[in-house]
Amino acid sequence: MVEPLLRARGVNKRFGGLQALADVGIAIDRGQVYGLIGPNGAGKTTFFNVLTGLTVPDAGEFELDGRRYWPKEAHRVAQLGIARTFQNIRLFPEMTALENVMVGRHARCRANALDAVLRTPRARAEEAAIRIDSLKLMQDIGIDRYAQHQARTLPYGDQRRLEIARALATEPKLLALDEPAAGMNATEKDGLRALLQRIRATGVTILLIEHDVKLVMGLCDRVTVLDYGKVIAEGSPYDVQRDAAVVEAYLGTPHPQAQPRRALA
Amino acid sequence: MPEAASARRPARAFAGAAAVAVALALLPILAGAMGDAWVRGLCFAALYVMLALGLNIVVGFAGLLDLGYIAFYAVGAYVYALLASPHLTEHFPALARAFPGGLHMPIWAVLPLGAGLAAAFGILLGAPVLKLRGDYLAIVTLGFGEIIRIFLNNLNAPLNFTNGPAGITLIEPVHIAGLDLSHSTTVLGLRVSSVLMYYYLLVALAVLAIVVCLRLQDSRLGRAWMAIREDEIAARTMGINVRNVKLLAFSLGASFGGIAGGMFAAFQGFVSPESFSLMESIIVLSMIVLGGLGHVPGVVLGAVMLAMLPEALRHTAVPVQQWLFGRVVIDAEVLRMLLYGLATVGIMLYRPRGLWPAPRHGVVAAVTPDRPAAAAGASHG
Repeated sequence: MVEPLLRARGVNKRFGGLQALADVGIAIDRGQVYGLIGPNGAGKTTFFNVLTGLTVPDAGEFELDGRRYWPKEAHRVAQLGIARTFQNIRLFPEMTALENVMVGRHARCRANALDAVLRTPRARAEEAAIRIDSLKLMQDIGIDRYAQHQARTLPYGDQRRLEIARALATEPKLLALDEPAAGMNATEKDGLRALLQRIRATGVTILLIEHDVKLVMGLCDRVTVLDYGKVIAEGSPYDVQRDAAVVEAYLGTPHPQAQPRRALA
Repeated sequence: MPEAASARRPARAFAGAAAVAVALALLPILAGAMGDAWVRGLCFAALYVMLALGLNIVVGFAGLLDLGYIAFYAVGAYVYALLASPHLTEHFPALARAFPGGLHMPIWAVLPLGAGLAAAFGILLGAPVLKLRGDYLAIVTLGFGEIIRIFLNNLNAPLNFTNGPAGITLIEPVHIAGLDLSHSTTVLGLRVSSVLMYYYLLVALAVLAIVVCLRLQDSRLGRAWMAIREDEIAARTMGINVRNVKLLAFSLGASFGGIAGGMFAAFQGFVSPESFSLMESIIVLSMIVLGGLGHVPGVVLGAVMLAMLPEALRHTAVPVQQWLFGRVVIDAEVLRMLLYGLATVGIMLYRPRGLWPAPRHGVVAAVTPDRPAAAAGASHG
């Protein structure tokens, strides 16, 4: 069996009295689109934050591309090869769209303060390459016409695309998307699906948190379902959809007096 | 876009630079016709340009509010004062034996030393405040500025390092290649006054500071600073080591202050702690807010305007009031603070981004004719 690209085991995180993650494990193979679903408050975003070094876990083992890592510092995780987007878009609003993507190249470039001040040939060549690569990436995603626009002036759907472009600029092995379709209309969702398929075709593995069941089922190769910080199901989208525990987590038990625990996502 | 920018660059940029150079060279000669005090004012304007640009790296680029910036100016000034005056050899016999001729460190040794020590103090300040933002950061930096000033005020006993509130006198002027900048000299039969030579030296340093700032701004590091200013968490997930980048902002910004401080000590020939009060920090901050936070040309404009204001008032406040009211109603110094206050309120109300802010890009959708929106839309796939 081939080693998975990302493996996380026994991940625990407690916030005061709340066990946000309890023994969560996940294994994502290369080239997959992997879905992470669950009702609101299940711990999906916490898991993302742990995986990308924004929240330090209490316990757990992490391995990316055969290398163990401990997600303590977000910038190291990014350098290692995991890039992410955020549920509520976090662009650099006053910078231009192009500059946003250029920031994404930071982890893969080296020019330091002295290079910048002296404009060494190396720094100049690198700066030109950053600009060209970033523009190319924006072309691929289809947002290059906004290159010189301030990020905050972009339409909502294109801000999401810009965030994906910025994440791809870090040359990730794993692209982690936190609800990329949130707030999108049907047309924009179709565009997103096509975009994710194109990204996958370039060899980038994708981890996806998403509430839109149709999008998850149509796109993902495998799915993990979280509820109350625990993995309650794992498998192909088809199997997971029919899993009794998953149905219960989303809809509640079919007892006549039972209230649905939470609204359907 | 990028090609166009580089294509129009060489000829026009060269002509522009030449015009600015000629203007800067002739300016003090015009100002000198109205009195040497005006040229002195221009010298201070150049010093404040350096200070404002240094603070702009911290506040404007990296978004870290610093109310104690003048401490780095003080560090630079005292490094120069101590290493180029008889103070240390007078109070430390061991040093006097080691340097029987007295300490005469040349400016080219002292300036980097002052810049380096100021940068070290920048890291000293930056390290404990890495997690602080906004108001909290402002309070800590304010305290830091005061600590440095109070130290300078009190480090005269039991060992006299700084001579306390009396300050350090007899600081040597700048010597460049045997030329003493404190005495006027004759070039091609023209008398060049001391203050004029200082003007050219300070303007050269200020121009250098501008170039350094512009280059930093358009670099990987400059983008990283702006990214942490805009959204620190997103910046971290882009692989930016926020700790290092913030410390670099503090130390690079501080080194500008250190160099300006060294030049200040040499130019004045005297330093004392009262030159480095909280008010000075606030004035430098007002300069960059007035001019345009984060925008280098705006910062320079703000610094020159506020630095020249006292000089302008000194020459106009009294005569104008006597002409209007027949007597002096408001003292020039009071009027200066009044105008600072009015300017700050006015800016906040009418131009919150400063007099000369960074241009806003593409607020209006600007689709170029050869790339209509439909074609771009089609590539969405």
